[in-house]
Amino acid sequence: MSDDSIPQLRGYDDASLDRAFASLTADLERGAGSLNGADAVEQFRLEWLGRKHGRLKTVSEAWLKTAPPEARRPLGQRFNGLKERIEALLTDAAAGKHRAATGAAIDVTLPGTRPQLGAEHPIVRTWHEAVRIFAAMGYSVGTGPEVETDYYNFESLNFPPNHPARDTQDTLVVVGQERKPLRDRLLMRTHTSPVQIRTMEQQPPPIRLVIPGKVHRNDAADATHSPIFHQVEGLCVDEGITFGDLKGTLDHAMKAFFGSSVKTRFFPSFFPFTEPSADVQISCIFCGGKGCRKCKHSGWIELLGCGMVDPAIFGFVRQKQPAYDPEKISGFAFGMGLDRIAMMKYGISDIGLLFSGDVRFLEQFA
Amino acid sequence: MNILSAWLRSYLPQFDASDRELADDLTLRGIAVEGVFDAAAPIGGSLFETDITTNRVDAMNHYGVAREAAAIYGLTLAPLDTTLPAAHPGAGHPVRIEAPEACGRFTARILRNVKIGPSCGIVAERFAALGQKLILNAVDASNYVLFGMGHPTHAFDLDKIEGAIVVRRARPGERLKTLDGIDRVLDADDVVVADEKKALGLAGVMGGWDTMITPETKNILIEAAWFDPAVVRRMSRRHGIHSDASHRFERGADFHAPPVASALVSQLILKSRGHIEGELVDVVIPQVLARVAARRSIAFSVARCAELLGRTSDGPGITDEVSTGILHSLGCTLAPSAEGRYSVTLPSWRLDLEREIDLIEEVARVYGYNRFANTLPTFSGTVLELPNAPKQTAVRELLLSAGYHEAISSTFCSATDAATFAPQPGVAVAMDNPLSEEAGMLRPSLVPGMLTMLAYNLNRNVDDVRLFEMGTVFTGSPERVDEAQWLAFGATGRLRDGLNSSRALNFFDLKGVVEALTARFAARSVYFDAFPVASGLLPHWLNPARAARCVVDGSTVAYFGELHPDENASRKLRQPVLVGEIYLDRLFRHSLRQPSTRDLSRYQPVRRDFSLVFPDTVHWEAVGSALSGLAIAELQEYRPAEIFRDPKGKTVPAGHYSVLVSTTFQSPDRTLRDEELHAWSNSIVSTLESLGGRLRTQ
Ligand SMILES: [Zn+2]
Repeated sequence: MSDDSIPQLRGYDDASLDRAFASLTADLERGAGSLNGADAVEQFRLEWLGRKHGRLKTVSEAWLKTAPPEARRPLGQRFNGLKERIEALLTDAAAGKHRAATGAAIDVTLPGTRPQLGAEHPIVRTWHEAVRIFAAMGYSVGTGPEVETDYYNFESLNFPPNHPARDTQDTLVVVGQERKPLRDRLLMRTHTSPVQIRTMEQQPPPIRLVIPGKVHRNDAADATHSPIFHQVEGLCVDEGITFGDLKGTLDHAMKAFFGSSVKTRFFPSFFPFTEPSADVQISCIFCGGKGCRKCKHSGWIELLGCGMVDPAIFGFVRQKQPAYDPEKISGFAFGMGLDRIAMMKYGISDIGLLFSGDVRFLEQFA
Repeated sequence: MNILSAWLRSYLPQFDASDRELADDLTLRGIAVEGVFDAAAPIGGSLFETDITTNRVDAMNHYGVAREAAAIYGLTLAPLDTTLPAAHPGAGHPVRIEAPEACGRFTARILRNVKIGPSCGIVAERFAALGQKLILNAVDASNYVLFGMGHPTHAFDLDKIEGAIVVRRARPGERLKTLDGIDRVLDADDVVVADEKKALGLAGVMGGWDTMITPETKNILIEAAWFDPAVVRRMSRRHGIHSDASHRFERGADFHAPPVASALVSQLILKSRGHIEGELVDVVIPQVLARVAARRSIAFSVARCAELLGRTSDGPGITDEVSTGILHSLGCTLAPSAEGRYSVTLPSWRLDLEREIDLIEEVARVYGYNRFANTLPTFSGTVLELPNAPKQTAVRELLLSAGYHEAISSTFCSATDAATFAPQPGVAVAMDNPLSEEAGMLRPSLVPGMLTMLAYNLNRNVDDVRLFEMGTVFTGSPERVDEAQWLAFGATGRLRDGLNSSRALNFFDLKGVVEALTARFAARSVYFDAFPVASGLLPHWLNPARAARCVVDGSTVAYFGELHPDENASRKLRQPVLVGEIYLDRLFRHSLRQPSTRDLSRYQPVRRDFSLVFPDTVHWEAVGSALSGLAIAELQEYRPAEIFRDPKGKTVPAGHYSVLVSTTFQSPDRTLRDEELHAWSNSIVSTLESLGGRLRTQ
């Protein structure tokens, strides 16, 4: 079999192969010298790599197929080397200035057709972040009703009837409750803390729970307060839980939320359902603690309330779950405003925007 | 509460740190100093603006804050000087307590021949620095003592009192004009300080008008008493009076304070002129004394305290010496009961201390919260998501990817909206004390909130809006409120998919979302249908011509479509709005669909198109059912490729539409033959013709 597009192969010994391939390579390089324009490149490609009449195809048919088994390897190596060289030349030609532009030029600086994606609400985004941060510390997620009874919202959390501590949480009440016993009266939960009680009643210790949810208070709205807002509550109960564990957990969580350089400090506070109780401040995330308008020049921002679970709370829960024996177990709880965290993280100046559905606001979170 | 550092220092002779340092240290111990200002001369020093938590009524005065400082710095607190000049002979004023459950102690002291006039000296100077208005010396003395050591007192014009002082329940309908000038009608839940004839004041809340001190007053009766917190709180709430006195009594006053307060007030009034007549009359109800003041001592274990608080990172740690020293400095008396164990007698001014845990908190507080090490508890267990969390995530991701922004709206709606949008009549629940009239009801549907948000955008010239909200809806009655998780979605305006390319959003954009959503769940059947208005099934806020419901396995999971033009008009929306509600609670009864695959055929698919004209009464649903009813296994797909109506009725008659039905045939194991394709085409045509279709000639 012979073809005049390729040189004569006189034998399958190395010398004959070298001579034949040297001749092919010389042809190749000569052809590559005149690769000007798309047509020329296509011509070159067809000449060498064409499926039917390309020179490589001919080499394969004429030399490879008839080669004795012991010659296949040296022949194949040379064949592959030639093929790689052809492809490299074609790649170079494509990358080079050889190809002319076709069609009318487009203005690539015009905006692209973006997929129109919806944006997750900043509160939901913060909610998920809180769940993720605490899940990494072993916390499961809990929920409870938004309409609560007085018992779960107040009494079981150690807010006795007629106690001044109730004054701090102005409550929205469902109509027609006057005739019921106080403990059964329905109201909008003022905090996510009732879920602590509900969960402990359902399941014995140990407990690690994070409870995000919507809460309501009968407060006047302004730029930083809304009668509708969101909290995330945390509860950890086990043997040997200490006040230091509470501090360490929240310090860790705040670093996860706001960056590892954030510092925390704890102040005595008062919540009926924790003892000792604390307010937690973080070093100002805007000025790093030097003092700015956002932190009222104190370098600190108050962010959450917390404390060790008051033994009285275990007393209420023990009516249904005897395992909550304050002699054997201890725990801590904390609560923070998701809206407030979202506002800080994303620089939102008016809390009303969160509940407006304003597309111009929401689309910034896409 | 405003505190003068100079006044504090008068109780702490050894104290030498700066005001700034004091403010910081108090704040870290729970007496939050929120502002430090220069106090006016001649008092000097600083004015602290403090915020004291409701449980710490003992610290709502200068002496109480000084006690905190003494505990923090380990200083000695100067005792209060209560010495009085000798009394002139006299029997003292008779006092009867007829409501012992409300009044545990009542002291009365008579001062005669006093001179009533403006205050001067240290009272005037300290009041000026505190920004407190001066009234008359006897009244100012009472307030001064309140600010100084915290116990409320009251001065009566003795000459206007007729007979003995009686502390009793008010008679229903009894009248009393209080110091604020308001005539009040009392009832049996009120407790009054009275004489033999009339009520003189609301016990522990506010004195009466008729017996108040005036410049003409010559003789005074000073009341210093102890009233029950719950009783005072009820009165203060019912009458809407929040006075300094009620604030303190309702949080629990010091049972032993009345004689001290009485002496301090007397001293100040007597500075001008006058003398004491008789000894202090002090009526004590023994049962209240036992309950409130002579409380049982409580056991305190240093080990238990240290164990609950954890390691300290600074200082000596929670040792025996540290913890007992702190408790002692706060006024506790400690008697050792065993190694590291004490029996603790509680100070009468700290009614908030009742249990060992309260003492542990005091130790932590005074030691300093930030001196405890940050530790992490060990954990072994599993972390559980909420059961519906993956479904919620699937739904949220789908709506976000469909271009709907997530929104959160009000939990409440107006009564009108509740009536319009409730799933059944009468199930919406009203609020007793709503935030506003527009928020009078718990929302029984998320649609009114969605429409409010769409309107908000349209009113701000944002015309292209797509929103969804996942939230709770409420139905039931005052007896029982049920909550369900639903989803509302709304869309208006145009969909832009390029520089010059946009189109109005329509019903099928919403339907596509519902289709994609239901496709995420495992269900045997999903269908959509419209209802005649007469059926009453379609929510009447939707336009019945362009709305549908979606039924999954026999249960309705969504209503959606074009908002009824009437509703659109009444809300003054300036363009058509599409809206829908998805009952997630029902949808979530289905599990998420697990994808499963079939082998892809290696054989060529064959397409055949059929162009037919149908009367409008024949819906696509009927066409599709007929095609699937043919049970041709090789008929892989059929869809309406094009639908056309001719408004002029020329190419397609009026009341008809033409549809291009595109079909695809494919076999998994062979190439299809022309004969069988021909036969299938024929049966498709004849089936569709039997539905009323007419094959169009090409
Ligand atoms: Zn700052």
